[in-house]
Amino acid sequence: MIRIEGLTKSFGDKAVLDGVDLEVKRGESMVVIGGSGSGKSVLLKHIIRLLRPDGGRVLIDGSDISGLDEHGLNDLRRRMGMLFQGAALFDSMSVWENVGFALRQHTSLKPREVRRIASEKLRMVGLSGIEDVMPADLSGGMRKRVGLARAIATEPECILYDEPTTGLDPIMADIINDLILSLRERLSVTSVTITHDMTSAFKIADRIAMLYSGRIIEVGTPEEIRKTSSPVVSQFVAGRAEGPIRVEGGYA
Amino acid sequence: MRAEASTPALLRPVEYLGAILMRPLSLAGGLVIMLAKTLRLVFAPPYNLRNLFRQLVEIGVNSLPVVLITAAFTGAVLALQSYIGFKRFGAEGLVGSVVALSMTRELGPVLTGLIVSGRAGAAMAAELGTMRVTEQIDALETLATNPVQYLVVPRFLSGIVMLPALTVFSDAVGILGGYFVSTRVLGANPTLYLNRTWDYLTITDIYHGLYKAIFFGGAIALISCYQGYHSEGGAAGVGRATTRAVVMASMAVLISDYFLSSWLFQ
Ligand SMILES: Nc1ncnc2c1ncn2[C@@H]1O[C@H](COP(=O)(O)OP(=O)(O)O)[C@@H](O)[C@H]1O
Ligand SMILES: [Mg+2]
Repeated sequence: MIRIEGLTKSFGDKAVLDGVDLEVKRGESMVVIGGSGSGKSVLLKHIIRLLRPDGGRVLIDGSDISGLDEHGLNDLRRRMGMLFQGAALFDSMSVWENVGFALRQHTSLKPREVRRIASEKLRMVGLSGIEDVMPADLSGGMRKRVGLARAIATEPECILYDEPTTGLDPIMADIINDLILSLRERLSVTSVTITHDMTSAFKIADRIAMLYSGRIIEVGTPEEIRKTSSPVVSQFVAGRAEGPIRVEGGYA
Repeated sequence: MRAEASTPALLRPVEYLGAILMRPLSLAGGLVIMLAKTLRLVFAPPYNLRNLFRQLVEIGVNSLPVVLITAAFTGAVLALQSYIGFKRFGAEGLVGSVVALSMTRELGPVLTGLIVSGRAGAAMAAELGTMRVTEQIDALETLATNPVQYLVVPRFLSGIVMLPALTVFSDAVGILGGYFVSTRVLGANPTLYLNRTWDYLTITDIYHGLYKAIFFGGAIALISCYQGYHSEGGAAGVGRATTRAVVMASMAVLISDYFLSSWLFQ
């Protein structure tokens, strides 16, 4: 469903992505791991065309999305959902208006109906009774989950999760893992998840890909990744300070 | 950095000059593009009436007190100063006309423009800038919503509607301020003063002021939204964008005022 070919992207003279190749099959849960600042969020933003490649292509269902006009792009985006790393909630709107935003913009549902759906999605991410709270009054973990509820509100076929469990306690993180799994099983959602959380990665992934030095250096099932022969991947998975991964000033 | 390293020393001043010349050009280009996008989307559904209403209130209602106070005192001081000047050649009877013409043609729209630049322009740049750096604008896009349509169109419309509306109040209160000072402080005859006010004031004078106000409203909204929309670099970047928005919008008001006046004068 998603196919990334030779994707390169630089900001100024800093090459962030340097020839990324990755394929995500329909209904598959792909997890991308990699160090902070390695370009994971940048990669994810290319899939929904928030960023455009300097080189290479992003294909969705076989067609290059850089050629889409505004209409085609909106159709594509209606089929996708994205959870931002910082949640990116609209701070001029209450929680339920955030979650129901796409429904209000693109459907003729009545506000009370939208609110009912928003409450239902909020319950799915373990939140209730906060419909009328403003985002500024939420904790980081709650904001993240509201962002997640917003991403799944329109029941998209493909969801991009940028660090869904970062900042959550382990139990809440596991609730989110279960939610991601159940979305895949019940609605056969295709997903790309970015995470640092290896427990989560092993639990939700059909396959795991590691981004390092601007490229995908290894892709495999969780078993294959556990037994990897690559010293870089095994250092990351085990979370060891010593190994081939050079921790530079940019690594934070 | 890279460009600097690869440019021969001799050419560096040229490059520097080029950069200085490019900045206003790329700004002008960016504004034209944003204007074109805005105009294209004004009548396109979905209509975000709630956003429009919020901006109408934000620009119009919330600016009104400052506009009224400024206009009242401007009208008052105008009467005072022109009385002092005109008395020297015995023309103090013309104070009413001077106040009315100055307010409607010039000071009403320009002062309103400057106040709205400082109040609403800063608010627009700061809000859109914050939305940019916290990825809320990206989030709008992923929710298949055009950010220009959702954010810029209602602000632009509110600007072109509310600036002339505020100007009408400003004109009226300025004339009233002049009337008050002339009759109560300077001892002018109220009936005579009012006759002088209406004698030389034509409906065209008021229209000219309102045309300018419409232009100012659109320009302020566009410049402020542009600065916010393209801000980068966290909270500090939003601060810089806000300052730039206020400075540029105020300058746009004053500079375009001259050209609009000379053009409308024909
Ligand atoms: N819009 C941008 N402008 C400039 N640099 C950017 C931009 N977005 C990301 N970067 C840079 O790209 C690198 C990778 O960022 P990111 O994808 O956010 O990393 P992560 O893997 O932690 O998600 C970082 O060094 C970041 O500074
Ligand atoms: Mg990231």
